[in-house]
Amino acid sequence: MTPLLDVRDLIVDFPTRRGVLRAIDRVSFDIAPGEVLGFVGESGAGKSLTGAAIVGLLTWPGRIAGGSVHLTGERIDTLRPDRMRRIRGRRIGTIFQDPLTTLNPLLRIGHQLTETMLTHLDLTATEARRRAVVWLERVGIPDAPRRIESWPHEFSGGQRQRVVIALALCAEPDLVIADEPTTALDVSVQAQIITLLKTLTRENGTAVMLITHDMGVIAETADRVAVMYAGRIAEIGPVAAVIRHPAHPYTDGLMGSIPTVKHKAERLRQIDGSMPRLDAIPAGCAFHPRCARAFDRCLIDRPGLLAAGATQAACWLHAPEAPHG
Amino acid sequence: MFAFAASRLLQAIPVLLTVGLISFALFAFVGDPVTILLGQDHTEAQRLEMVHRLGLDQPFFIQFAYYIWAALHGEFGISYRLAQPVSRLIAERLPATLELASAASILAIAIGVPMGVYTGIHRERWSSRLFMAVSLIGVSLPAFLVGILLILLFAVSLEWLPSFGRGTVVPLTSWWTTGFATWSGVRALILPAVTLGLFQMTLILRLVRAEMLEVLRTDYIRFARARGLTDRSIHFGHALKNTLVPVITIIGLQFGGLVAFSLVTETVFQWPGMGLLLVQSVAVADIPVMSACLLLIALVFLTINLIVDLLYFVVDPRLRASRDP
Amino acid sequence: MSGRAFLDSDVVHAFRQSPAAIASAFVALVLILSGVLAPWLAPHDPTDLATLSLLDSFKPPWPAAKAEWVNLFGTDSQGRDMLSAIMYGMRVSLLVGFCSVAIAVTLGILIGLTAGYLGGAPDTILMRIADVQLTFPAILTALMINGIAGAALPRTMRDSMQVPVIILSIGISLWPGIARTVRGSTLVERDKEYVLAARVIGATSWRIMLRHVLPNVLGPVLVLATLGLGLAVLTEATLSFLGVGLPPTRPSLGTLIRYGNDFLFSGQWWVTIFPGITLVLMVLSINLLGDWLRDALNPRLR
Repeated sequence: MTPLLDVRDLIVDFPTRRGVLRAIDRVSFDIAPGEVLGFVGESGAGKSLTGAAIVGLLTWPGRIAGGSVHLTGERIDTLRPDRMRRIRGRRIGTIFQDPLTTLNPLLRIGHQLTETMLTHLDLTATEARRRAVVWLERVGIPDAPRRIESWPHEFSGGQRQRVVIALALCAEPDLVIADEPTTALDVSVQAQIITLLKTLTRENGTAVMLITHDMGVIAETADRVAVMYAGRIAEIGPVAAVIRHPAHPYTDGLMGSIPTVKHKAERLRQIDGSMPRLDAIPAGCAFHPRCARAFDRCLIDRPGLLAAGATQAACWLHAPEAPHG
Repeated sequence: MFAFAASRLLQAIPVLLTVGLISFALFAFVGDPVTILLGQDHTEAQRLEMVHRLGLDQPFFIQFAYYIWAALHGEFGISYRLAQPVSRLIAERLPATLELASAASILAIAIGVPMGVYTGIHRERWSSRLFMAVSLIGVSLPAFLVGILLILLFAVSLEWLPSFGRGTVVPLTSWWTTGFATWSGVRALILPAVTLGLFQMTLILRLVRAEMLEVLRTDYIRFARARGLTDRSIHFGHALKNTLVPVITIIGLQFGGLVAFSLVTETVFQWPGMGLLLVQSVAVADIPVMSACLLLIALVFLTINLIVDLLYFVVDPRLRASRDP
Repeated sequence: MSGRAFLDSDVVHAFRQSPAAIASAFVALVLILSGVLAPWLAPHDPTDLATLSLLDSFKPPWPAAKAEWVNLFGTDSQGRDMLSAIMYGMRVSLLVGFCSVAIAVTLGILIGLTAGYLGGAPDTILMRIADVQLTFPAILTALMINGIAGAALPRTMRDSMQVPVIILSIGISLWPGIARTVRGSTLVERDKEYVLAARVIGATSWRIMLRHVLPNVLGPVLVLATLGLGLAVLTEATLSFLGVGLPPTRPSLGTLIRYGNDFLFSGQWWVTIFPGITLVLMVLSINLLGDWLRDALNPRLR
C-alpha cells in the first residue's frame, strides 16, 4: 500500500554569509493513513523544520536542497506555489505551538473558520457557517453558536488551542502536522488538548505528525516514533519498542532522562555534553563525541538506518560486523 | 465608546483653554494694538476711547473671558493688515485650504498605502527597490523645492498645468467656494496637491511597508499560510488590517506636517488659503490673525486626535473590550 | 557609551568601512568649507554693489552659448555671480544652523537635566511641554515665535534683530528631542550610588550629575545635533523662502531660492535651481551623516 506521506532523503539548507548550514540532513520516513508518528528530540534537532519543509513553509533563506516528499504518490516538494497552497489546509493541516499568537487578533473566530473552509471546500456561506458551529462544538467550545462571533482575545489559552485545532481540521485534511501543540499551554490543560487531538483525528481517520520534546505525550499518543538528533533521524520504530529497547545510545540516554514510577529512587541519568551547532556537526555519526560506546568507525562513516530488533537505528553498533558489547 | 469619546472631549478643554490663553496674551499684550489701529498721529482722547472700545481697561481675566466668549461666537477681532474682521478672512480662506489638504491626503493615502503593501510583499523585486529609492528622494526634498521643480516642469516647460491660484471657483454657499466644480479649478489643484501630498505619501509608503514586513513575519500569518488561504486574502484580509493601527497613528500625528507644508505649498502656488494668510500675517505681525490661526490649528489638532482614537476602536476589537465595559 | 567611546577606533573603523558615510562627509565638508571660506574663495563679493553691472545680468550658466566660464552658475537679475552668491548664502545658512543647534543643545541639556534630576511636577510639566511641541513641526513653532518676536520688537529694530530672532526661534523649536534624551540618561544616573553618596556627604550633586551624565549622553546628543543641523538649515531656508526669514541684506540659500523663483517664468531657471540643488546636497549629506552616526554609535538600532 502506498504510504500517505513518503519523505526520502530530505535535505534543508540555510545559506548564510559564512557558508551553507545543513539543518536537515537526509531524513527519510513515511506515515501510513491514520497513523500517528511522533517526532522527539532536543530543540534545534530539526523536528519543526522537517514539518515546515513538508508543507513548503520554510522561512527564508531556508530551502529544500535535496530529497523528495510524496503525498499519496504525488510529489509535492516541487509543486508550484499555487498548487502547494491548495494542499496546505486541504490535504495537510498544521497546528502551531503558541495559540496566543497563531490567531489573527483582528478577525472573528467564525470568520477565520468559514474563510478556511470556503477556500478549500465547495460550500455555500450558510453551510460553512453551520459547519463552523459544529467544529467549535466538536473541539469542546461551549455555547458555540454565540462564541462563533467572538474575537480571539475573548478565549483562554486552552480554548484558543481548541480553536486552532478546529481551524487545522476543518477542511478535513488527511494529515495534520502538530508542532509542539501543548508546549505553550498550562500543564493542567495539556492532557485535555492531546486527548482532543487524539479523539478527533481517530474519528476522521486523519494521520498525525506529532512534534514534541515530551516523551510522555509520545508514549500515550503515537503509534511509531522518530528520534531526531542534529538534523538526522537517530532511531525510528514502534513506540513500545523504542521505549523498552532503545537501539541508539542517544535514544537510550533520552529514555534514561524520563522519570518512571518503578525506578523512583534511581537518579535520572543525563547525557553529557550538548547537541552540536549546525556549523560544527562532527564527521561520521553526529552523536559520537557524546557517545560512551563510540568506536573508530563512528568517527569516519556516517551510519544509515539499520535494522535493530523491532526498530531501525542510525548506529554502527547494529551493523552485522559490529563489535557487540 | 461614547463614554470614552466624552472623556476625551473633557480632557481637550484645558488644552484649548491654555492655547486660548496664549493666543489671548498674544492678542492683548504683544505690540500696541491701539497705535496700530489709530496710526502714529492720534490724540490722547482718541487713544483712551480706543482703549475702552477694545476693552483694554478691564482686568485681565475679564478681558480673557470676553476674548473666549467672542472666540466662541467666531469673533477674533480686526486684521491689522487688511482691516477686515478676522472671522471673515478665515471663512474666505478656509475652503481653499480644506480642498487642497483633503485632495493631498486622499492622494497620499490612495497611492501610499497600495505602494507600501506592494513593496512590503514583493520586497525583492526591482520595481519595489525603485519605489523605495524614489520615496527616499521624496522624503529628502524640501516641499518648496518640490513645488518649484513641478512648476518648472509642468507649468513653464510643458505648459500643461497652471502654476498659481485656484482657477475658476464656484460659490456653494455665501462663503464656501469650490474648485472641484470646474475643469480649470481641478487643473489648478493638481500641482499643489501633489506637492503637499508627496511627503505624506512617501511617509505612508515607508510606514506601511515596514509594518507589512513586520506583520508578515507573525505567527498568525504563518498559520494563515499553513491553512492554504490565498495570497490575496492573506495580504489584504489578514495582514493589511493589522498594519492599520500604527498607520492611522502616524497619519494623525502627521497632521501637523500637513499644516506646516500647506504654509509652504500655498506660498509657492499663491494658493489663496489659510497657510498663505498666516504667512502674510506673520510677515507684517498681524497679531489678531495669528492668534486666531493658533486657536484654529489647536482645535483641528484635537479633533484629529479624537478621530484617530475613535478609529482605533473601529479597527481593534481588543481596545473595545478593555475600555468599554 | 562613555564619553571617550564615541571617538574611539570602533567608530573610526566603521566610518572607513562605509562608502556612504565617507561620501556624505566629503560633500558636507566641501560645502561647509566653501561656505565658511566664501570671502576668500568666492570669485566675486556679491555684497559689494560697486562691482555689479546690470550689463552682466542673467548670464546663463556655463557651458551655454553666451556664458563665460567665470560665471559657472550664471548671474542673477543684477549681474551678481550665482556661484559667489551661493557660497555667501551657504555661509549665512550655516551660521544660522550652527548657532540655533548650539542654542537647542544648551537648552536641551539644561532642561533635560533639570527635569530628570528634580523629577515630580517640574519633570511632568517640562516633558509635557516637550511632548506637545514635538507634535508640531519645527517650522510651525519657529514661524510662530518669529511672528511674535516680530510683533514685540519696535519697528526700528526688526531688521537688525532678524538674524538673532531666526536663530532663537529655530533653536527653541529643536530642544525637545535633546531634552528627552538627556532626561532619560539623568534618570538612570540619578539613583546610582555615587550620586546618593555625594548627597550624603553634602556635596552639590548638580555638579556631579553634570560631570557624569554629560559623558553618557554625548553620543546621542551628537547624533541629534547633527540631524538638528540639517533640520535647522532646512527650517531657515523654508522661513526665508516664505519671506519671514532673513532680510534681503543677508541672503541665505532660502532667500536666493525665493528671489530666483520670480524669474522661473522668464526662463532664468538657474537663479533658483542652483541654490536649490546646493541646499538639497547640504541637507541630504548632513542627514545621511547623522543617520550613519546613529547606527555607528548604537549598533542595536536597526
